[in-house]
Amino acid sequence: MLDISDLHVSVDGTEKLHDINLHIGQGETHILMGPNGSGKSTLLKAIMGFGGYTITSGSIVFKGTDITGMPVHERAHLGIGMMFQHPPAISGLKLEKLLAATSHLGEDAIEALAQTVNMEHFLARDTNVGFSGGEIKRSEVLQLKVQQPDFLMLDEPESGVDLENMSLMGKEIAGLLEKDVHIVNRRRSGLIITHTGYILDYLEADQGHVLIDGRIRCHGNPREILRVVKEKGYGECMRCKQM
Amino acid sequence: MYALQTDVGDIEQLSQEDRERLALTGLEVGMQNRCGSFFQIDQDVIQTTCGAEGIEMIPIKAALEKYDWVKDYYWNAVSREKDKYTQYLAKQENPQGLVVIANEGVKVEMPLQACLFLREEPVQHVHNIFIAREGSEINIISGCASSWQKEHGAHIGVTEIYVGKGAKVTSTMIHNWNPGISVFPRSATVVEEDGTFLSNYVCMQPVNRIEMYPTARLVGKNAVARFSSIVVATPGSTLDLGSRAILGAENASAELITRAITTGGTIISRGHILGEKDNTRGHIECKGLILKDGIVHAIPEIEGTLTGTELSHEAAVGKIARHEIEYLMARGLSEEEATATIIRGFLDVKISGLPAVLQEQIDAAIDKAESGF
Repeated sequence: MLDISDLHVSVDGTEKLHDINLHIGQGETHILMGPNGSGKSTLLKAIMGFGGYTITSGSIVFKGTDITGMPVHERAHLGIGMMFQHPPAISGLKLEKLLAATSHLGEDAIEALAQTVNMEHFLARDTNVGFSGGEIKRSEVLQLKVQQPDFLMLDEPESGVDLENMSLMGKEIAGLLEKDVHIVNRRRSGLIITHTGYILDYLEADQGHVLIDGRIRCHGNPREILRVVKEKGYGECMRCKQM
Repeated sequence: MYALQTDVGDIEQLSQEDRERLALTGLEVGMQNRCGSFFQIDQDVIQTTCGAEGIEMIPIKAALEKYDWVKDYYWNAVSREKDKYTQYLAKQENPQGLVVIANEGVKVEMPLQACLFLREEPVQHVHNIFIAREGSEINIISGCASSWQKEHGAHIGVTEIYVGKGAKVTSTMIHNWNPGISVFPRSATVVEEDGTFLSNYVCMQPVNRIEMYPTARLVGKNAVARFSSIVVATPGSTLDLGSRAILGAENASAELITRAITTGGTIISRGHILGEKDNTRGHIECKGLILKDGIVHAIPEIEGTLTGTELSHEAAVGKIARHEIEYLMARGLSEEEATATIIRGFLDVKISGLPAVLQEQIDAAIDKAESGF
């Protein structure tokens, strides 16, 4: 699904990601961990193609197409979707209008999807304007449910979400990643940034990666990585690579 | 009878281009969705008709002859000596324009339309008076346009609005001029106790210069005024706009809201609220978007003279935030679609209490302008 090779990314002339190699197969979910400022969000934004994240060398191949220089919306059309940690509030743009503009779904279908994440009363509101932490996450999940991407990038889905919302979010994200579909038939893939690992209470992940200072320091079983980080902190991952 | 028959022939004589321009300012030639209509081309009134009971629409000259008391409202809210434009208008022997009188308690949601069309004359002058008596409610849509062939000219207009006790006047003005036309409206409104005045202004097409600073004097307790303006300055256009509210009675409140976009022209967005009585509130909000290098100069002024007034303002000028565009692109919109969507949202000023037909008219003007962004 996604093949990143020898990727180097600069922001404002400073290299933030060094020599990233990452392969995510069809149907796989990967977890990305790492301390604050290690470059996790930068990686997601570079994959999405945002301006300001300059790829100085390396390549990103998605579904066999080199998307390294492709505009953001074309990546979205190819099937990449992203859940933002801090999405912008857009005054005057009603959520229902945004949803209608990004899909071929009719009003009824959108309303039905909104109900699944308790967002039906927000459709007539301006997108993300005055939304609480949990509402923002549900708005993001709703947008992705409408968009139906094959590859889903989630930037800290747990942050700012209370327990009740976390349960809803966890189940919905599992649904978006087709966790209910048999592993052989599962088509959707995901890359999830998490600090707490709470998301693993709701879905299984296939691989984990730890990013430190812009380099992927280790790959492995996500639960094991989480356990080590919880017990010994990221310092252990630094030593791990050095060994 | 002062209600003249419609001279349909004159309207039908207009070219297709001109009819389309007029339609964009809200003129409904067929009068669908309108309860009354006044149409002035240059200095000729070609239509005055009103089907709503309890509301009179009369050309100003006829109104001054018919009712002795109309002179009390003539040059009352606006001073003849205000400036050279009012002085010019005051000198005219044949004043043209419209008087609307809404009788006590009459409430009509369907708008009255007043259309002022500059076709051939170098200068069009207009003097309008709207009188809403106690408890009445009216909606007036004023469309001002120039012929598509008209290269130069000026429009000078005085509008005096009197909102009686508990009355409500919604005045929506849509301008559709040409790059060589200069426009000098001089308006003032007096709002009495419990009265509400809503003023909406839309100008999104090229013009040489528009200069106006309408004032609302809230003279009765609980009076409310709200001005909303949506303007676009294209290259070569200078829009010197503003609105002023004088909170001259207890519990009066006012809100001045502006959305200004420049695609290369100049916008000066003024605003002034003066709080001079207890329990008065006022807020000015001006947001400017610079799409191409031009000028947006916001000058909000709030002036309080006693402890019982609460006034605030917020102004912001800038470009569209890149992360907003990219957010929408990540959902699949192209850069152009994302930009247009954000601009559309920027211009979406929620005007509470606006009848759907008026909102549709404003939306149509925005849609038309959007194709030029």
